[in-house]
Amino acid sequence: MDTMTEGNILEVRDLTVRFMMNEGTVHAVNGVTFSLPEGKSIGIVGESGCGKTVSAYSVTQLLPKTARVSGQILFREKEGTITDIAKLPVDGKEIRRIRGQEISMIFQEPMSSLSPVHTVFNQLAEAMILFQGMTKKQARERCVELLKLVGIENAERRVDEYPFQFSGGMRQRAMIAMALARNPRILIADEPTTALDVTLQAQVLSLIQEMQDEFKLSMILITHALGVVAHMVDYIHIMYLGRVVESGPTLEIFENPKHPYTRGLLNSIPKLHGKRGQRVSSIPGAVPSAYSLPEGCVFRARCSERRSACMYEIPRRIQVGSEHYVSCCLYDGEEDQYAANA
Amino acid sequence: MDQGLSSQQATQNVPLPKPPSADDDSTALGKTEEKVFYATQWQLMWWKFRKHKVAMVSAVVIIFMYICAIFAPFIAPYAPTERHRGFLYVPPQKVRFWDENGFSLRPFVYPIEQEIDIMTMQRKYIEDTSKRLPVKFFVRGSSYKLLGLFECDIHLFGVEDGKVFLFGTDNMGRDLFTRVLYGAQISMSIGLVGVFLSLLLGLVFGGISGYYGGAVDNAIQRIIEVLRSFPTIPLWMALGAALPPELSPVGVYMGITIILSLIGWTALGRQVRGKVLALKNEDFVIAARLAGTSEPRIIMTHLIPSFMSHIIASLTLSIPSMILAETSLSFLGIGLRPPVVSWGVMLQQAQNVNTLMMAPWLLIPGVFVVVYVLAFNFLGDGLRDAADPYGV
Amino acid sequence: MPQMPEDTVLQVTNLKKYFPIESGFLRRKVVGNVRAVDGVSFYIKKGRTLGLVGESGCGKTTVARTILRAIDPTEGSILFRTRDGIVDMATLDNEGLKKARTEIQMVFQDPYSSLNPRMPIMDIIAEPLRAHGYSRKDQEERVKELLELVGLRAEYARRYPHSFSGGQRQRIGIARALALNPSVVVADEPVSALDVSVQAQVLNLLLDLQEQMGLTYLFISHDLSVVRYLCDRVAVMYLGRIVELADVDILYGQPRHPYTSTLLSSVPDADPRSAWHAKAIKGEITGPPREVRGCAFAPRCPYAVGICKSTAPELRSISTDESVTHEVACHLAEELELEGVS
Ligand SMILES: Nc1ncnc2c1ncn2[C@@H]1O[C@H](COP(=O)(O)OP(=O)(O)OP(=O)(O)O)[C@@H](O)[C@H]1O
Ligand SMILES: Nc1ncnc2c1ncn2[C@@H]1O[C@H](COP(=O)(O)OP(=O)(O)OP(=O)(O)O)[C@@H](O)[C@H]1O
Ligand SMILES: [Mg+2]
Ligand SMILES: [Mg+2]
Repeated sequence: MDTMTEGNILEVRDLTVRFMMNEGTVHAVNGVTFSLPEGKSIGIVGESGCGKTVSAYSVTQLLPKTARVSGQILFREKEGTITDIAKLPVDGKEIRRIRGQEISMIFQEPMSSLSPVHTVFNQLAEAMILFQGMTKKQARERCVELLKLVGIENAERRVDEYPFQFSGGMRQRAMIAMALARNPRILIADEPTTALDVTLQAQVLSLIQEMQDEFKLSMILITHALGVVAHMVDYIHIMYLGRVVESGPTLEIFENPKHPYTRGLLNSIPKLHGKRGQRVSSIPGAVPSAYSLPEGCVFRARCSERRSACMYEIPRRIQVGSEHYVSCCLYDGEEDQYAANA
Repeated sequence: MDQGLSSQQATQNVPLPKPPSADDDSTALGKTEEKVFYATQWQLMWWKFRKHKVAMVSAVVIIFMYICAIFAPFIAPYAPTERHRGFLYVPPQKVRFWDENGFSLRPFVYPIEQEIDIMTMQRKYIEDTSKRLPVKFFVRGSSYKLLGLFECDIHLFGVEDGKVFLFGTDNMGRDLFTRVLYGAQISMSIGLVGVFLSLLLGLVFGGISGYYGGAVDNAIQRIIEVLRSFPTIPLWMALGAALPPELSPVGVYMGITIILSLIGWTALGRQVRGKVLALKNEDFVIAARLAGTSEPRIIMTHLIPSFMSHIIASLTLSIPSMILAETSLSFLGIGLRPPVVSWGVMLQQAQNVNTLMMAPWLLIPGVFVVVYVLAFNFLGDGLRDAADPYGV
Repeated sequence: MPQMPEDTVLQVTNLKKYFPIESGFLRRKVVGNVRAVDGVSFYIKKGRTLGLVGESGCGKTTVARTILRAIDPTEGSILFRTRDGIVDMATLDNEGLKKARTEIQMVFQDPYSSLNPRMPIMDIIAEPLRAHGYSRKDQEERVKELLELVGLRAEYARRYPHSFSGGQRQRIGIARALALNPSVVVADEPVSALDVSVQAQVLNLLLDLQEQMGLTYLFISHDLSVVRYLCDRVAVMYLGRIVELADVDILYGQPRHPYTSTLLSSVPDADPRSAWHAKAIKGEITGPPREVRGCAFAPRCPYAVGICKSTAPELRSISTDESVTHEVACHLAEELELEGVS
């Protein structure tokens, strides 16, 4: 029997995802570990292609058939039993139940996950009628209520429109409403605002925040913008090339970043109160291809503090604070130090 | 992919400690990766195409078929119109390497003799197994012009004092094998010529339509719509019937190709228009315009290369429909006519049920039509997959 | 010959671009206009950078393209100071345009679609050189020089675009723009498509190039934090019009238009301690209106009063100091107390 830390609703352990392609193997996710405490929110942050979406999709088994997934994805059911999602049969009843009632997702591109040929009502009501046993009338009331909740005006009328009749921001809201319609316990939001303008982003983010409070959701927020997670989540996991390089409480990550990549990333964000002509420090080079992973530390080619050890040793996960972990050989000795202090 | 730290990047940032040389990933690039960086569009396409095994096999089949067609007079043992008296409706003969008398390295056939069944008044052919007729290679026979140039009378194979009919003969005693080969010349070239004409028409009209837009575009689009709304077979029949009957066989051939391509270009025209429309406002085309590059040169260096691979792929896919059209027309008796030999013309003779019952081998040209069409479809599929080496 | 102040290189006056909406089957009739750009005026001084900011669809790209005459303006003048005097880009013939475009060039938003994937880098960068009659040898030499200038290795010249990352491609686009030694570069969201850590590299490159070569920039972006590092003056656009134009520190510190203030407060700052309470304004940009009555922002504006709905505000100067630019198009500019950032 698998065990989980008390208070966690989801634990992902040593998740590895490869895509077998004609051109070779894509090492999309290489041993990712994170946990989601019940009622809290975590942020997964990283640059394009680092495996954020793939990690999220594997939690609900939404990956294409070409994917090879290994590792554990432990989920604590309402009754307290533990299910390993990674072991559930593909497209079986169990995983569909989890997707339908327990874990909801909000996608980056709302149009691709809303069906263009069904009205918003039909799509929203499906889960309610199917899983929650509502009548059509009840479902309708609830739909209107949800659409109003996510700030769509004239909800009574708009509920019967098709997604293409909605503007970009409204679609994203409808997506959120749809995710909430299932009364999920976990909400996974994959770059919910990347396609939106700043003013809309602000609207949608505060909506998500409200909903999380209101429904007591546990949330995984995926984004490449550190500015967004700074205000939205309790814990942050920084990913680079399929690995989590650093994780910890939000404040700790921002104020006491350990990994050279985290520090580089934080420094390279342009600030609203910058100065004309000032140079933003940047990380040299670009992210290497996921086809041929470099040996040793994946970040070493761009790292300003690399050592010879980085060349052949895959860095261990080292605890440097009460909930703060970093995978970097610079901190090799500090585990003992932390343990001694604690 | 590449992470070469350029001098400038390095100086802008925190100074990098000199890495141990083996750690410099930019020098440790794999040979294959390096090769990909310098690969042109066509190289990338070739690498991608090579992975498509069925398409590769199809390509080989097609090339083989064309070589056979080009060298038809040499490969065929007889002339296409040569009648062999007393050998009407001979079934395909077996080429043997051994019989009860043992094995022979040289393949041989048995001579055949005609016998009339008095009861049914039907011909029967009896193999005379007492005698072996060895198949000889590079034998002299009827003379022909190889590639239309060289007078020559050597044939790939043949038998002396006897006959060899690999695919049998038809109602007039003509060798079917020979005729399939000669028919290939016509049938397999009509597709190419027709497609080439369609390509020209499609490129010109589609290109103009997409590039200039406005009223011209409108007019061309309407014409295409009208052309496409005709049911094809009756249209072909009408046009085919309109060809003057006194036209020489070559004239009919040209006429048919032109008819086929006049109707066939519309699909291609649409495609070209779509591509041009999309490309016209592509950033790199605007950049070229801002750079001062002239319009004709933009068309030649940016537009055409960008959609050529797609066009070639879809052309390949449209060749089968050309040959099918030719076959159908000839089969219906309104396309090519004897004495021209094409697969369609040959199949026309296999039209009635009686002949079919009696001489099913007359359907052999149909087998070749099927093989040819399938091979082109597979090839086209492979090309289409490889056509955009930059896509995901 | 048209006149403009001594140190001004580019002066756009009342620029308009309407895209006709056509309908009809055989004969197409114009049934209305998309007012993508509707009376935009600004100038840029030599060696300075003007930022053009706004949400998606407000007409930024259209402004950029009309200035270079990649599309023809509907109305307005675009005065540009070339080596041989001032020209009006809006009325130049092809010959004149070809000449003027040696001195004003453009960098595109999308690093993928802006480089022809079928050409080696050498040919891409040399395209303007070839069109202006450089010999093959001179082209090669200049391309090497340019590659080094933008921080790429000269040996890369024979490679094809697919071998480069987004950031490197953007450098190549910049090299192409600089090939003929222009004095003005119009950069249309040059860093929007890049990852944070790479974005900083390109921003710094643009700053370096400006210092080295005395370039004048029109820098377009939707990201206010990026703009602050590069621009001397910033114009904020909303639905085809400039709503506020001011010196950079004034615009950020004392915005006078409610939209500017909203934009500023919507940017989530990468600092978990800062109180980011998105003052979410209602609604979103729905695309340029076909006809204008009143202030375009009024439907979303929390301060809108009667006059805002009936009369369109003009862009007017509210600065008391000659040397400071501050123009606002808002009836209530003087009365509102708006928040900025320090
Ligand atoms: N279906 C797939 N087949 C093959 N490779 C894939 C597939 N999906 C993703 N990948 C690869 O896996 C890696 C991780 O992709 P993923 O989509 O998780 O990145 P991401 O962090 O979400 O990036 P982004 O910020 O661009 O959304 C990438 O290299 C990507 O090319
Ligand atoms: N060729 C065109 N025909 C019709 N409408 C157009 C055309 N080009 C642009 N538009 C419209 O003009 C408006 C302004 O477009 P533009 O591309 O300039 O916006 P933008 O500010 O650059 O937006 P983004 O931030 O998304 O790049 C948009 O509503 C767009 O739909
Ligand atoms: Mg993603
Ligand atoms: Mg734009």
